[in-house]
Amino acid sequence: MSRPPYRPSEAVDFIVVGSGAAGGAVAKELSTGGFSVIVLEQGPYLRAQDFQHDEIGARFLHALTNDPKRQPVTFRKTEAEPAELGPAVTYGRQVGGGTVHFTANYWRLHEIDFMERSRWGSVPGATLEDWPITYAELEPYYTKAEEEVGVSGLAGANPFDAPRSKPYPLPPLPVKSSGVLFERAARKLGLHPYPAPMAILSRAYRGRPGCVHCGFCQWFGCEVGAKSSTLASLIPMAERTGRCEIRAESYVRKIQVDRRGRVGGAVYFDRNRREVFQRAKAVVVCANGAETPRLLLMSKSSLFPQGLANSSGMVGKNLMFDNDAASCTGLFEHPLNEYKSVQVTRVVQDFYDSDPKRGFWGGGGIDARFGQSPAMFGLDGLPPDIPRWGAEWKKAVSHYFPRMMRLASHITCLAAEQNSISLDPKMKDDWGLPAIRVTFRNHPDDLKAAQFLLDRQNEIMEVAGTVKKWSRPVQEITSSGHLMGSCRMGNDPKRSVVDRWNRAHDVPNLFLVDGSSMVTSGRQQPTCTIQALGYRAGEHIAEMAKRGEV
Amino acid sequence: MNEALSRREWMLAWSLALAAAWHEVVAAQAHAHQAAQTGGAAPLSYFSREAAAEVEAIAAQIIPTTDTPGAREAGVIYFIDRALATFDQDKQQTYRSGMAELEGKRAMMFPRSKSIAALDPEQQLALVKAIEGTPFFELIRLHSILGFFGSPSRGGNHDLAGWKLLGIEDKGVFEAPFGYYDAQAQEDASR
Repeated sequence: MSRPPYRPSEAVDFIVVGSGAAGGAVAKELSTGGFSVIVLEQGPYLRAQDFQHDEIGARFLHALTNDPKRQPVTFRKTEAEPAELGPAVTYGRQVGGGTVHFTANYWRLHEIDFMERSRWGSVPGATLEDWPITYAELEPYYTKAEEEVGVSGLAGANPFDAPRSKPYPLPPLPVKSSGVLFERAARKLGLHPYPAPMAILSRAYRGRPGCVHCGFCQWFGCEVGAKSSTLASLIPMAERTGRCEIRAESYVRKIQVDRRGRVGGAVYFDRNRREVFQRAKAVVVCANGAETPRLLLMSKSSLFPQGLANSSGMVGKNLMFDNDAASCTGLFEHPLNEYKSVQVTRVVQDFYDSDPKRGFWGGGGIDARFGQSPAMFGLDGLPPDIPRWGAEWKKAVSHYFPRMMRLASHITCLAAEQNSISLDPKMKDDWGLPAIRVTFRNHPDDLKAAQFLLDRQNEIMEVAGTVKKWSRPVQEITSSGHLMGSCRMGNDPKRSVVDRWNRAHDVPNLFLVDGSSMVTSGRQQPTCTIQALGYRAGEHIAEMAKRGEV
Repeated sequence: MNEALSRREWMLAWSLALAAAWHEVVAAQAHAHQAAQTGGAAPLSYFSREAAAEVEAIAAQIIPTTDTPGAREAGVIYFIDRALATFDQDKQQTYRSGMAELEGKRAMMFPRSKSIAALDPEQQLALVKAIEGTPFFELIRLHSILGFFGSPSRGGNHDLAGWKLLGIEDKGVFEAPFGYYDAQAQEDASR
């Protein structure tokens, strides 16, 4: 087999579509396993010097995320409504995907997450199911992911955590003032705060530097490579094999199928918007929970008239969003200076599991953070009783900015078939491809869980000694950066899209690995699980390929 | 090399102690932080001088000069000018019609006045209050705040006026303790 760059006419062993949490892990596993790999990434290949402390670029001009001007998205709450333009999905759009700009919370799922249907029964109005795999099956891959990307945390500090085979490879990051206030209050309330597991290096690790606490972290790329994006960690490992080509600015529009119903490659637009057909013996789609189902639905053929791998009609269905509907902000007497360092240093998971006594299904975690950047704060960061401009506003921004913290909750989102990714029948993107259409409305229990967690946040904030606290009322979610469930994993080919190894039920040499595989939402923070699934699938695909079973 | 920079380098080198290419990392970090700050006065590319003065008078009511610098000192107008010439070209029409309407209001409210810039501050404030809540007001508020707090590389936030107002130390590299409460906890622990 030749070396990269590969020619489009030569059939490489694997095309991996996407280079984020899952794509990076899959590309690394397959290339170190001896296979030739091309990663087709729709975004650019940015380097350390491209990451700047430029909030306007990162947060307002979509420098690191999908730009709704070029790739419009439409949204509706129910199928009965017309879908209208709106930024309903956000995803990372460069080599490294969402792991470049993410907050880097790195939560494993708990054992219960894989079997909530068996434990709690069905939920009316939702398609709650058990996963076809268990926590124990995924555990070795959580461990491998933590070790290879570099995760900081303290094993054993969270009494609700699932069993771990190894401690975190790095100690926790230094606690911030928000973490100190939160920890003290949580303990007084009988809760169990613990150091946040973060995919950020607390000290130098495997040739990468430790965090310098610059504070331009969530929404930004890390210019020193201390944030454990796949760009900083796994992509270089894949490239060092000499078998993996990262082909950036390659926007896949169709997966090609042969007469036998096997995939034979992918058609993409290159940076000059020329169409290229790249041949491959197998394809792994890791394009995220919105783009993966979209690509399958765009890959219709006479053999697959409903879209590729969609004989079940389940491609795009059961979409789950980030449920962050609860958030309480508090002002304190002294400066916390939360603008420095990473977002989160302390978490509680006391309310993680469902509890039928609460009268609703679901639960969540709570963390302490800042959640602000200067311009966003100036626009929207003050409590509603403060004027929005003028001398009084100016005095308030100066007083509040250093003295605030925010409690955030990460809450269950129940799957339902009517919540979906589909192709918009009218709207097109800049390349002439059908826009993503999102249909999403929270299950009532999602909002009850959010209200419950908001009440807990208010108690913690009060005990923490806030001089003033405020929050928005719990509302239905209409946009998300966590995109889950839309090509569900399952044993039943009529009710799911991929099997327990992330192989498409309908196509033997097509694999789908990303948030779309998730059967339940966990308590958000899906990156860690997406990455573990990537490792597990990558390893298994390599083994099958060696046996000639792909 | 100034003292602050050498301290930055020292702290970085320390945190990178085990890392291979730390020279490159120091350079990337310095670039990320400082590239964001090379702004300064630029020629106007969209507004005329006169139009810029009118818009700046509004921005200076949204973020007034008090005991600390406001929109005027921070060069917010240069950010707005550049935004309208580049990534916000599609907002030019909103400015054109918004300013025309505002000049009309000024002429009605203050019949002998010649320009918004020449009104006294109380009159300017009254004029801005008269358009509060309109789409044009929301746009100019958005632009003023982005220009004031955004990276100076975008044309505004001169001399880091916006960041200074928020108490942001211009270092880009920090070490614990970061704030009052974690410093206090550190002290308690060492007792």
